[in-house]
Amino acid sequence: MEFFAWCMIAAGIGMGLGSFGTGIGQGLAIKSACEGVARNPGASGKILTTMMIGLAMVESLAIYVFVVAMIILFANPFTDKVVELLVK
Amino acid sequence: MTHPFLILQWLEETLHIHVGKHVMYAWFVMILLIALAFLASRSIKLVPNGWQNLMETVVSGIEGLITDTMGPKGMAYFPMLATFALFILVSNLIGLIPGFYPPTADLNTNAALALTVFVMTHVIGFKEHGISYLKHFMGPILALAPLIFIIEIIGHIARPLSLTLRLFGNMYGHEIVLMIFLMLVPFLLPVPMMLMGVLVALIQTFVFTLLAMIYIAGALEEAH
Repeated sequence: MEFFAWCMIAAGIGMGLGSFGTGIGQGLAIKSACEGVARNPGASGKILTTMMIGLAMVESLAIYVFVVAMIILFANPFTDKVVELLVK
Repeated sequence: MTHPFLILQWLEETLHIHVGKHVMYAWFVMILLIALAFLASRSIKLVPNGWQNLMETVVSGIEGLITDTMGPKGMAYFPMLATFALFILVSNLIGLIPGFYPPTADLNTNAALALTVFVMTHVIGFKEHGISYLKHFMGPILALAPLIFIIEIIGHIARPLSLTLRLFGNMYGHEIVLMIFLMLVPFLLPVPMMLMGVLVALIQTFVFTLLAMIYIAGALEEAH
């Protein structure tokens, strides 16, 4: 049973750490974009497009963590083995 | 973990079609888009109204985006990119209707879309440059080519992976968050999350289409 408890903990902490870094990264990107628009409002269209691409790139890190967390929680490849061992 | 009752999944089980719910919903989106295209182009007028008006706005929006990011050369790939945009947008938004499931919240649909982009990128590259398209993978110095080649190949293989997982993670994650909120507090609390769902659907469509455009534009330009 401990195995599943550790799975939950791993998924939770992993997601937390992943979104922590991603949050900082996206915050920095948006900060720079805001400064850019404030200095040159004419370039806001181009800045928005570039920022969106950048944000999508940064965000995919959190998404990878999310996918791994979902694999740990719902599609864990070791579940069958652990259950088998528990029954023994 | 998704909606408790899915109309098309029920239909699939009743009719004994074993294709999976994402395929059923993808078909539904296709039918919807075909019907929309038919309605919009049935009677084309110089002064548009009704459905034609709607579709002209959408099409001219995508057209502007393509000319901004790819230049005039990119207009040749307008049909493919606009199809991606419309299909993904409708697929994402359909998840907000009760009883419907976004086909993009499934890895298989997204992998199909991303692999299409991946294959098309290289087909377009070879069509545009012939065999010298391989120079894109060689880097500037010939002596370092074997090393750069491996790195470039890994970079190119990572593209469909990241395209797939980004769209899947966003849509599936939103679906799960919505379900958890519905489980905890079903009254009014899920509404702001659904509002965010509209935003996520639009942004993910934008990002997917934009990245497809950038990849194709990268294949179109001359090797440096």
